[in-house]
Amino acid sequence: MRRARLILTWTALSAFAIAFIYPFVWLLSASFKPRSEVFDHRLIPETFTFDNYIQVWQEAPLALWMLNTLFVTVLAAVAVTITSAMVAWGFAYFRFPGRGALFGVVLGTMMLPGAVTMIPVFLIWNSLGMVGTLTPLWAQNLFGSAFYIFLLRQFFLGLPREPFEAAKIDGANNWQIFTRVALPLCKPAVVVTLLFEFQAAWTDLMRPLIYLRDSSTFTVPRGLKALLDQFGFGGEWHWEIVMTASVITTIPMIILFFLGQKHFVKGIATTGSKG
Amino acid sequence: MRFVETRAALLFISPWILGFLIFTAWPVINSAYLSLTDYDVINDPSFVGFDNYKTLFEDPKVGLALRNTFIFMVMSVPTQLVVSLGLALLLNSATRATGFFRTAFFLPKMTPPVAVGILLLMLFNGQSGLINGFLGIFGIDGPAWTTDPNWVKPGLVLMSLWTVGSSVVIILAALRGVPQELYDSAVVDGAGWWKRTLRITVPMISPTLFFLFIVDSINALQSFTEAYTAFFGSGNTTYSNDAALFYAIYLFQQAFEFLHMGYASALAWLLFIVIMAITVVQILVTRRFVHYEGGNP
Repeated sequence: MRRARLILTWTALSAFAIAFIYPFVWLLSASFKPRSEVFDHRLIPETFTFDNYIQVWQEAPLALWMLNTLFVTVLAAVAVTITSAMVAWGFAYFRFPGRGALFGVVLGTMMLPGAVTMIPVFLIWNSLGMVGTLTPLWAQNLFGSAFYIFLLRQFFLGLPREPFEAAKIDGANNWQIFTRVALPLCKPAVVVTLLFEFQAAWTDLMRPLIYLRDSSTFTVPRGLKALLDQFGFGGEWHWEIVMTASVITTIPMIILFFLGQKHFVKGIATTGSKG
Repeated sequence: MRFVETRAALLFISPWILGFLIFTAWPVINSAYLSLTDYDVINDPSFVGFDNYKTLFEDPKVGLALRNTFIFMVMSVPTQLVVSLGLALLLNSATRATGFFRTAFFLPKMTPPVAVGILLLMLFNGQSGLINGFLGIFGIDGPAWTTDPNWVKPGLVLMSLWTVGSSVVIILAALRGVPQELYDSAVVDGAGWWKRTLRITVPMISPTLFFLFIVDSINALQSFTEAYTAFFGSGNTTYSNDAALFYAIYLFQQAFEFLHMGYASALAWLLFIVIMAITVVQILVTRRFVHYEGGNP
């Protein structure tokens, strides 16, 4: 009876695992097929070819898009981590009048749908002449982000106070206590913040749609949408190019996941982040 | 001393305060003002009173977009919850290789939403898609998921199931927190698996399910990227489909394709009110099904 249940569980798990992984394999396999065989549903290409990859590289400035995305992603992740940690520390370590109310405002901003601020924020960047540049995609992160402030504050609150008191007695100033004692102690939360924001910035489509005009400034998701519009919808019907570009867009995220798997899983489980 | 501490705290918090003033407080005020104007970015805004809000109620596309979004939410949120709960329960009862299966379920969540939208077009293509090919094995003639207005939303819902990975991880963490004693005594009482799941597991993790229900609903009401990628955009005449016109997509089009910034601001405020209203109703209705250890707060 117990054995039968275990076999049943395993069969179900395996079936679902295949269903979840199959689209990846199917897409990867299609990217190595010639145009006429893309939809033949064979798992192993009948005719194996690298042509799609060469063609994508010729049709689109993929390397440039990758560089743009990397630039935005690294700045977005580093900026948001540093400033959110600073703000979180400010809320966690110090006592001051109005702290609870102010933190309530931080949480309150998370309830506001992005749609409400989207247009006025666009107008700000527009009046600064920054529309068309990569700056609006990351510079807002210099001011911290409510969700990460919340996450990091929770972590700081869980730390014992003794190391900080000891550092203070040793004559460390507030900034030194933060950078030399607090930050190293909260490394797991810092890593989670970096990973989450890296993923968010890499995969974002809406902001690049709003802010980027010229193909040379595109991020990879924005470029992928442009390729879809040109080769998928535009009457040219070269789905193999779109699929190959999708593979190229996705692979960095898969690598990121395997590099930070433990942190991802733990970060999501403890914060309830839906990504 | 008090003053010194307050000053130090404010220095640490200052990035957020600045960001709040520039990127939240001012935009909220400006958005409220813009919603009372006609504004195309090039010419100065002209004040039109509540005209934009009147137009909202006469614009058939607003009704359509609200209906589409609402139907999508009602179809996708419960299905996602049931599937992720099922997967988490399976994972929780497996004794070995849980890490492998968890990775398999989570990995699709790493796919950029643009690529998910593209995969949707490929997998659900009526003639040559993988889904209909699979259905064909059982002699089922699958629908034209990507073009038939009746099947566009079900296709989007099914595709959204592919990325339930984070919900699975969250529910699994909650399952691991249910005390084993509860099950032990239930087994002594002769309760079977189903009974234990329904009477112990689900009530014990109901706060987590409640949280996911609310958050998923809010996200569904704002969903944009997958549907926009697959069914809208320049040059898209083949798949463009009113059945996929979600509210966030219509808002984006009004603001950044037609440059109706005033009208789009009014659309944004309507969305804000709709989300608030739906969330409050959901909380009031579902709250009594949620079990909190140590009594309801």
